[in-house]
Amino acid sequence: MIIGERKSLEEIRKMIGGYKKVLVAGCGTCVTVCFAGGEKEVATLSSALRMAAKKEGHGLEISETTIERQCDMEFIEELREKVGQVEAVLSMGCGAGVQTIAETFSEIPVYPALNTKFIGRTEEQGVWTERCAACGDCILHVTGGICPIARCSKSLLNGPCGGSKDGKCEINPDVACAWQLIYDRLKALGQLDKLEEIIPIKDWSLSRDGGPRKLIREDVRL
Amino acid sequence: MPEDKNRFSPKIAAFCCFHSAYLAADSAGAMRKSYSDGVYIIRVPCAGKVEGLHILQAFEKGADGVLILACPQESCHYISGNIRAKKRVDYILRFLEEIGIEPERLKLFNLASNQAPRFVQVVNEMAERIKDLGPSPIKAGVIGR
Repeated sequence: MIIGERKSLEEIRKMIGGYKKVLVAGCGTCVTVCFAGGEKEVATLSSALRMAAKKEGHGLEISETTIERQCDMEFIEELREKVGQVEAVLSMGCGAGVQTIAETFSEIPVYPALNTKFIGRTEEQGVWTERCAACGDCILHVTGGICPIARCSKSLLNGPCGGSKDGKCEINPDVACAWQLIYDRLKALGQLDKLEEIIPIKDWSLSRDGGPRKLIREDVRL
Repeated sequence: MPEDKNRFSPKIAAFCCFHSAYLAADSAGAMRKSYSDGVYIIRVPCAGKVEGLHILQAFEKGADGVLILACPQESCHYISGNIRAKKRVDYILRFLEEIGIEPERLKLFNLASNQAPRFVQVVNEMAERIKDLGPSPIKAGVIGR
C-alpha cells in the first residue's frame, strides 16, 4: 500500500493560512491503514488546526470528511457538495488523492497534508518499510520474491556491492542487504542456480525515466 | 477579559482507568477527601483506550489541563495499555507543542486502586501547576460534566 506521513502543523498552517473555511478530506484506503490520513487523523488534525487558529485569534471554520478512496472518481464525487462550501481543501490522501481532487474541482485550491513516502508493507503496527519502487518491470521471480530495486540502496541487479557487511547495508546497520536476503532466500528454496543467470541492463524507460506513465486496458474500459 | 489568577479554577479532564485511578477516585470520595473542584473524571476501561484525539478534544472543548491516570507499570489489566497510553501521551505532547499548548498541561501518572491519597495529591498538584500556568491558551467553552 501507499505509506504516508503527516506534514508538520507549521507547514500545513502556512499552506492554508489565508483561508477561513477549509475542508479536511481523509482517504479510507492506504493512508487509513498506515494511520496517516483516515477518519481519526482527519479529526485529530482538524482539532489541532482549530486550536492553533483560535490561540492566535484567527477564525477558522473546518469541515471534515473521509471518503473511501480519493484516487477514484467513483468516490470523489461525494466531496462535491462539501467542496462547494469552503475556500480550500486540505487533503489527507496520498499524492494521487490530492491530484484527483484538484483535477475534479478545478475552481478550488487543494493542499496536501501528508508527505507520500513509499509503496510498502506493515512490518508491525507502527512500522512500515518500502517494498516496491513501481519500476514497471518486475523481476521478483528471479530474486526469490525480494526486490533489489526497492530494497538495495543502489538498486543493483546482479549481487551485492562491497558495502554489504554481516548481512547489513553500509548506509545503515538497521537496513538489511537486499542481496544477502535474496541469497538466503534462494538458498532456502534450493534455487541458488538462479543467481548464475545474469539480469540484463534494466529498461528504465518503463519506470520514471519514460516520463509520467499511463496504463490503458481496453478490455475493462466502458 | 483575563481571569483573575487567584480566582482561576482550572478545568482538568482526568481520564481514569477503571481498574485503578477510577477506583482510587471513588475511594477518595468515600473517605471524604476533598480535591480541586475543577477535576472532571472520565472513566475509561483502560488508559490505553485514550486516543490522541480524545486528549486534543478535551483541550479544544475548554480543558486547561489533561490527566491520564493509568495502572502502575506491570499491572495493566490488559497487559500493556498503560505503556500504550504513555507512548500516545508522548506523541500528543509533540502535537501540543506544535499547536502552542504548554506540555505541562498534559501529564500521565501511574497509580493503583488503593491509592486514594495519591490520587488526591496528583490532581491537586496538577491543579496547582495549571493555576501557575493560567487558563489554557485555547479559550473555548467549558467541558461538560
